[in-house]
Amino acid sequence: MELINKISEIRNLFPALKQKVNGKDLVYFDNGATAQKPISVIEFINKMNSGVNGNIHRAVHELSARSTELYEGARGDIQKFLNAREREEIIFTSGTTASINLVACSFCQKFLKRGDAVIVTEGEHHSNIVPWQLACERSGAELRVLPVDDNGEWRLEKLPEILDNRVKIISVAHISNVLGIVNPVKELIDIAHKKGIPVLVDGAQGVVHTSVDVQDMDCDFYAFSGHKIYGPTGIGILYGKREILDNMPPWMGGGDMVGTVTFGKTTYADLPLKFEAGTPNFIGASALGEAVRFVQTIDNEFLKNHESEIVNYLLKNLTTIKGLKIYGLALDKIPLFSFTVDGLHPTDMAMLMDKMGIALRSGLMCSEPLMSKYGVTGMLRASLAMYNTIEEAEYFIESLKRSVKLLS
Amino acid sequence: MTIKEEEHRIVEEFSIFTDWMDKYEYLIEMGKSLPIINEGGRQESNLIKGCQSRVWLNANYKDGKIYFTADSDAIITKGIISLLIRIFSGRTPKEIIEVDLSFIKEIGLQDNLSPTRANGLASMIKQIKLYALAFAANK
Repeated sequence: MELINKISEIRNLFPALKQKVNGKDLVYFDNGATAQKPISVIEFINKMNSGVNGNIHRAVHELSARSTELYEGARGDIQKFLNAREREEIIFTSGTTASINLVACSFCQKFLKRGDAVIVTEGEHHSNIVPWQLACERSGAELRVLPVDDNGEWRLEKLPEILDNRVKIISVAHISNVLGIVNPVKELIDIAHKKGIPVLVDGAQGVVHTSVDVQDMDCDFYAFSGHKIYGPTGIGILYGKREILDNMPPWMGGGDMVGTVTFGKTTYADLPLKFEAGTPNFIGASALGEAVRFVQTIDNEFLKNHESEIVNYLLKNLTTIKGLKIYGLALDKIPLFSFTVDGLHPTDMAMLMDKMGIALRSGLMCSEPLMSKYGVTGMLRASLAMYNTIEEAEYFIESLKRSVKLLS
Repeated sequence: MTIKEEEHRIVEEFSIFTDWMDKYEYLIEMGKSLPIINEGGRQESNLIKGCQSRVWLNANYKDGKIYFTADSDAIITKGIISLLIRIFSGRTPKEIIEVDLSFIKEIGLQDNLSPTRANGLASMIKQIKLYALAFAANK
């Protein structure tokens, strides 16, 4: 199959990009929050809703069989996409947050005891902090924090100070949603595994901008959301190594996750169904399969070059704006820029940019600890996806300068 | 001048702007000219929840009327507050409690503000009315 290697062709596949906002062509730079969907995913969802809507795993009738096939087919495609060893290691959840909560509840229920510890980094999204705080509260364990330096890079040299045999799990972002730099997860995993400590990688941003190979990375868990990788909302993935998942108790109880049920004792289904209680979002899950199939129709080499061209352009031009400070600088940076401009409020800027048709994120970005570290009450963030162009980046810079002038 | 008359004046002022840019420039100007409340006035206790930017609102009751001062870290928000202060400051609690504002919609701010910002605006008006209720009850 011929891979797509033209931006114009890619853009054509995304109907949402063809609209005007406040009278201007939409420039959608809030992909870190959620990405637009390609027509193939949209049509897939429509087709399933209108023709293949039968509850999975439950009935012998034709519609149920067809939707089960699509659901399980998606699991297989996602397994290949992540290069997981087995399809049973792929668990459908409602998103990254649910995936992390699943581990923080189930794994910690069994393995985290009073006096133990969990490690996260200073650069985490709230959804990779709060579930662990809750788990620590429940068990009487302690949450330890690996600091980041002024550029936003992990201070791995500090890891030995907090890494002792009380640590039961480490949970870190592959790529921070604020800093946009690719973290040295493999290095950290190596260190952790030498002490026999499992590592969860929050891949909400990472899976979109890098080729993830969970066997090569050797992470014990990898979590991501469908809607950030051009799939539907309300669906996500938890990858986990079988040997660990097998040892974890179920998190939620319900239909489809059981072996036999009596009031005296219930046995549980094997992986992956053990963790998929109740009717799952089977249309979303199947459509996520379509999204990862879509992603693989794009020429990866081309995308990488395109992304680095835009990253270089933005880096060069953002820094020409007086008083502008970028948070998160490293060689390996995705097209995601969080910044502030001296004396100006990010919300003011985001409002003016919206009037010019540009969608940005402003505020704390669900990463309050990181905001405190940098001593700011908010930032502005531009996060780009495969369909964003250099021309849009130029218009963004021009509009940003205009906003700064208006507000100064 | 009644609250309704003040509202009408604001609507007239904004009616000369056809471009969104001019409207926002005007708001920014008003934001800049709103006197900053002193550091002591920026307290957690008078911080309004529900705004994307931080807004502090103070109320003083004197001779049957309420006088508002406010501040924000965002300039467009300050511009919007300055409009609210023009309308509400120096009014009796009864006037404030009873009025149903219409100018926000008429000057097109409702449509032009993001939902979070619109919520912030709603929170500001709610807080102003809560002050009025409190002063009315303590009379």
